Amino acid sequence: MAVAQQLVEEGRQPKLALIDCDVHPALPSPDALDPYLSERWRSYRARYGVRPFGKGIVPRGTPAAARVDAWPPNGRPPGSDLPFLREQLLDRWDISRAILNATAVSGRILNADFAAAYSHACNDWIVAEWLDPEPRLRASIEVAFEDAQAAAEEVRVRGQDSRFVQVAFFARTAEPMGRRRYWPIYEAAQECGLPVGIHPGGGGGQPLSSVGTPSYYIEDHAGTMATYQDQVASLVFEGVFARFPELKVVLVEGGFGWLPPLLWRLDQAWERYRDEVPHVDRPPSEIVREHFWLTTQPMEEPPRKSDFLDLLDELDMDEHVMFATDYPHWDFDAPDVAFPVRLEAGRKERYMSANATALYGF
Amino acid sequence: MGRHVVATTDELPPGSRKIVELHGRRIGVFNVGGRLFALRSRCPHMGASLCEGIVSNAVSSSRPGEVVWDAEAPMLRCPWHGWEFDMRTGKSWCDPEKLRVKRYEVTREPGPFVAETYRVERDQDAIVIEV
Repeated sequence: MAVAQQLVEEGRQPKLALIDCDVHPALPSPDALDPYLSERWRSYRARYGVRPFGKGIVPRGTPAAARVDAWPPNGRPPGSDLPFLREQLLDRWDISRAILNATAVSGRILNADFAAAYSHACNDWIVAEWLDPEPRLRASIEVAFEDAQAAAEEVRVRGQDSRFVQVAFFARTAEPMGRRRYWPIYEAAQECGLPVGIHPGGGGGQPLSSVGTPSYYIEDHAGTMATYQDQVASLVFEGVFARFPELKVVLVEGGFGWLPPLLWRLDQAWERYRDEVPHVDRPPSEIVREHFWLTTQPMEEPPRKSDFLDLLDELDMDEHVMFATDYPHWDFDAPDVAFPVRLEAGRKERYMSANATALYGF
Repeated sequence: MGRHVVATTDELPPGSRKIVELHGRRIGVFNVGGRLFALRSRCPHMGASLCEGIVSNAVSSSRPGEVVWDAEAPMLRCPWHGWEFDMRTGKSWCDPEKLRVKRYEVTREPGPFVAETYRVERDQDAIVIEV
């Protein structure tokens, strides 16, 4: 029996719809996209490989960065087997909608033409092997975001299919995300009514931190928030939301404990130097609270549990917080025990489903 | 409550484990290089099936550049978030007094045994958990 169902029957929890905003499907093998690539690109991949900017750093704490118990019985990579994903995630937790983030490497493939072809093939693979067979799934559009024209084209193609609900960026881009080179992607996203989701990961070859590449994985894992802070500041101060007033941005897997003090600081700076960026015509905190959404996993877990509620109050984004598990990755949050404190029922319902339903139009 | 025969020694060679259910609790019994350990298979953090995690060893350091790999201290790492538990005591590495997992006495005993669910022949030894 699904754990959620069991809790309902025991009267410990009212029936709550559950939406998971970050699930990772994996390619079962390096050649898995071949059937979706043209002959030209199949032969290219076989001869030269994918050639991303910097190799993906795996294992990340665990093999495939996955829960040790998430390897399917067929021995293929975690997240690559739909029946097992159904069993271990969708059925077990009674999840009504889950958003797939392929986080394939399209955004950091050096050959721009191949990057565009690869992202297109990846989206075809998502449609054929995930969305078509499983109606509970939705997906982010994999784009080669360093080539904005190609990425915008892919957004417009996939925007026709309502099962694609978001445009996927990696958090570490070649330039700050507010820069105009990326605006064609935001224009396409706004036109299609799709939010832009930013997920941890590396794009155009920037080091892991603003002071270079740290020695340890633990710094990579825990330090992600610095990158998110830079991207929030860039998107606000470059005037992206003045130019694209309907654009929405989802910070996926970035935490949010750092956000309230960042907003204090941005507002303070704006009061002093707003004449440098006159297109920013109101306090940055207002812009962020209107245009940004947050997924929960991995949440900060303060030693004094009540601090978590203070954090939510200080954040003041109750309509914009959305639950995510990050399945099958090792820092998975189990839906029934993810929050370090008991949440008031209305708030919990918003986080677990209503906010995502409103944003993504489920 | 009481003593439970959960395996024959042949079934649990060094490097192996077995997860059993006793009194409604899932318990993992491990043979780590000939030493036996038994721990409750439920992580106190988020309830993951702890005993499916990776068995490693305690690593510590007295200063940067020096690493001590303690071959005597087997550590069980949760399959989800990697929290470490000392298999000898059930105590977590990061908060040993407050955060721990239940450990059980486990012994090798000579057969024969006839248990309700288990049969151990005269020439076999049994692995017995005290719950």
